[in-house]
Amino acid sequence: MKVLVPVKRVLDYNLKVRVKPDGSGVDLSNLKMSINPFCEIAVEEAVRMKEGGGGHAKGAASEVVAVSIGPDQAQETLRNALAIGADRGILVKADGEVEPLAVAKLLKAVVEAEKPDLVILGKQAIDDDSNQTGQMLAALLDWPQATFASKIVLGEGKATVTREVDGGLQTVDVQLPAIITTDLRLNEPRYASLPNIMKAKKKPIDAKTPADLGVDTAPRLKVVKTAEPPKRQGGVKVKTAAEAVAKLKEAGVI
Amino acid sequence: MAVLVVAEHDNASLKDATHKVVTAAKAIGGDVDVLVAGENAGAVAQEAAKIEGVRKVLHADGATLAKQLAEPMQALIAPLMDSYDALLFPASTTGKNAAPRIAAQLDVMQLSGIIAVESADTFVRPIYAGNALITVKDEQAKKVITVQPTAFKAAGDGGSASVETAAAPAGPFKSAFVSEEVAVSDRPELTAAKRVVSGGRAMGSSDEFHKVLEPLADKLGAAIGASRAAVDAGYAPNDFQVGQTGKVVAPELYVAIGISGAIQHLAGMKDSKVIVAINKDEEAPIFQVADVGLVQDYKTAVPELMDELTKAGL
Ligand SMILES: Cc1cc2nc3c(=O)[nH]c(=O)nc-3n(C[C@H](O)[C@H](O)[C@H](O)COP(=O)(O)OP(=O)(O)OC[C@H]3O[C@@H](n4cnc5c(N)ncnc54)[C@H](O)[C@@H]3O)c2cc1C
Ligand SMILES: Nc1ncnc2c1ncn2[C@@H]1O[C@H](COP(=O)(O)O)[C@@H](O)[C@H]1O
Repeated sequence: MKVLVPVKRVLDYNLKVRVKPDGSGVDLSNLKMSINPFCEIAVEEAVRMKEGGGGHAKGAASEVVAVSIGPDQAQETLRNALAIGADRGILVKADGEVEPLAVAKLLKAVVEAEKPDLVILGKQAIDDDSNQTGQMLAALLDWPQATFASKIVLGEGKATVTREVDGGLQTVDVQLPAIITTDLRLNEPRYASLPNIMKAKKKPIDAKTPADLGVDTAPRLKVVKTAEPPKRQGGVKVKTAAEAVAKLKEAGVI
Repeated sequence: MAVLVVAEHDNASLKDATHKVVTAAKAIGGDVDVLVAGENAGAVAQEAAKIEGVRKVLHADGATLAKQLAEPMQALIAPLMDSYDALLFPASTTGKNAAPRIAAQLDVMQLSGIIAVESADTFVRPIYAGNALITVKDEQAKKVITVQPTAFKAAGDGGSASVETAAAPAGPFKSAFVSEEVAVSDRPELTAAKRVVSGGRAMGSSDEFHKVLEPLADKLGAAIGASRAAVDAGYAPNDFQVGQTGKVVAPELYVAIGISGAIQHLAGMKDSKVIVAINKDEEAPIFQVADVGLVQDYKTAVPELMDELTKAGL
């Protein structure tokens, strides 16, 4: 079974974003970029399907291919996936913002060329917080989907996936080929070891362009303005529970 | 302009999120219809017909819609979009699961989790866990939008829309429901509760989490929430998680106990009206957003708070 894992390069989750004073966007200059945490979980799961572990038999996956759409530096994100254990990478070179719909179309073209049995994506990218690429890819391919996965059990021609939903947990069966998107509790990604980081440098990365894949990536939506959210007037401290309750009464919430 | 709102429900009752999404739909303008897709959900359709300002309710009923899985929802809704200019879902796990499939089939970009409608084609949504807000113009022929319900007031009841039947898709589909573990609780639902008390990693165990939070929640009539750390450690179930990747809440009162206030947590609760934080570390970032910060060990602070609330007549 071949597994494809799309990985996105995003601002490191530990860093605070700054909105540019002129409202034209978010300032990412000189800030550390990392693999989107949900994508890292997706790579870890795919690699476990190959190596065995996390409930998967060794060899359940025969090959793990990571794909990223982004600027040249997205190669680092792919190297990150390769260091976790993916076999090879595909970089679709695109500068500037590529919207989820265009990403899904590019991924569809990659899927048609690579013919994976399973595509595991993150449930959301922590920069745009869109939570839509996996579902869109599933629709474009007419494949079934299991989003927000916290457990995956592979079976004969199907996967049984436990999903984190508002009411609790839901388990669905999806026929392969299928799309799965990861939630945070699916697994805990490993720290890539130094030898694996070195090995990852020698693994192949193929470069492509949206034109090669025949996809128009022109944005559909127009961002008119980027602003800081209104600041809360917090920071008020009290010494005792009695004072706290007095404040709550004053505010009319009890 | 005609807008279709997809109702949030569990086949038995309509969720208040629907009323809030209807408010967003009205702000867009034009006729607002509500779709109730489910199994044996006739009572829900009747409830939806009472929402003020709704033109008509479409009711599709059948076994394939019992769990509102993404594929049957796509099969049902995509063809209906011939008659509508915009499709609105609540940004619930059901909505987030299904909406993008329909957007992709219609070849449109989806707007996820809007918090304001500026005009019929201009919307505001948070990015980067709410650390930036973007104003977006959507001039596509059809709009597919998920709406953050907490950002809108609920439309009232008092309407009397007609209910029309729509056919449920026949299937078969390549995905199937197997089972679910749904927590049953007498407490108010987390995203709709007026008061929420949340616990963090400081609780140290599941027993302690329940021992500390339940009496306080009972006293306040509050729902219980948790940080990701508390959920990951198994102190609380996943559906308690508040934050960027969990639930977004905006109650009148949010009490954070032993939660540090990471940006991912703040993303889910910083629009609460009044925030109380109990944390023994006076440098904890949660205090920067708290209206009432109590720098104390929760082990002494919570019992004292209970006493004071009793004295206050709760
Ligand atoms: C991609 C991504 C998504 C995420 N999504 C979410 C999300 O949706 N929701 C979420 O909550 N987190 C999320 N997180 C995790 C987030 O970054 C934090 O790790 C998490 O919120 C921390 O939880 P906590 O505050 O309970 O734990 P900690 O940060 O460990 O804080 C515990 C606090 O308890 C205090 N404390 C300890 N003992 C006591 C005591 N006896 N009395 C009083 N105070 C005490 C400490 O001073 C400390 O401030 C996400 C992270 C990532 C990377
Ligand atoms: N530029 C990209 N390159 C590769 N994968 C992506 C890209 N954008 C989104 N994805 C995938 O889609 C998931 C969800 O992203 P989003 O829909 O933007 O929240 C991510 O976790 C990735 O797996």
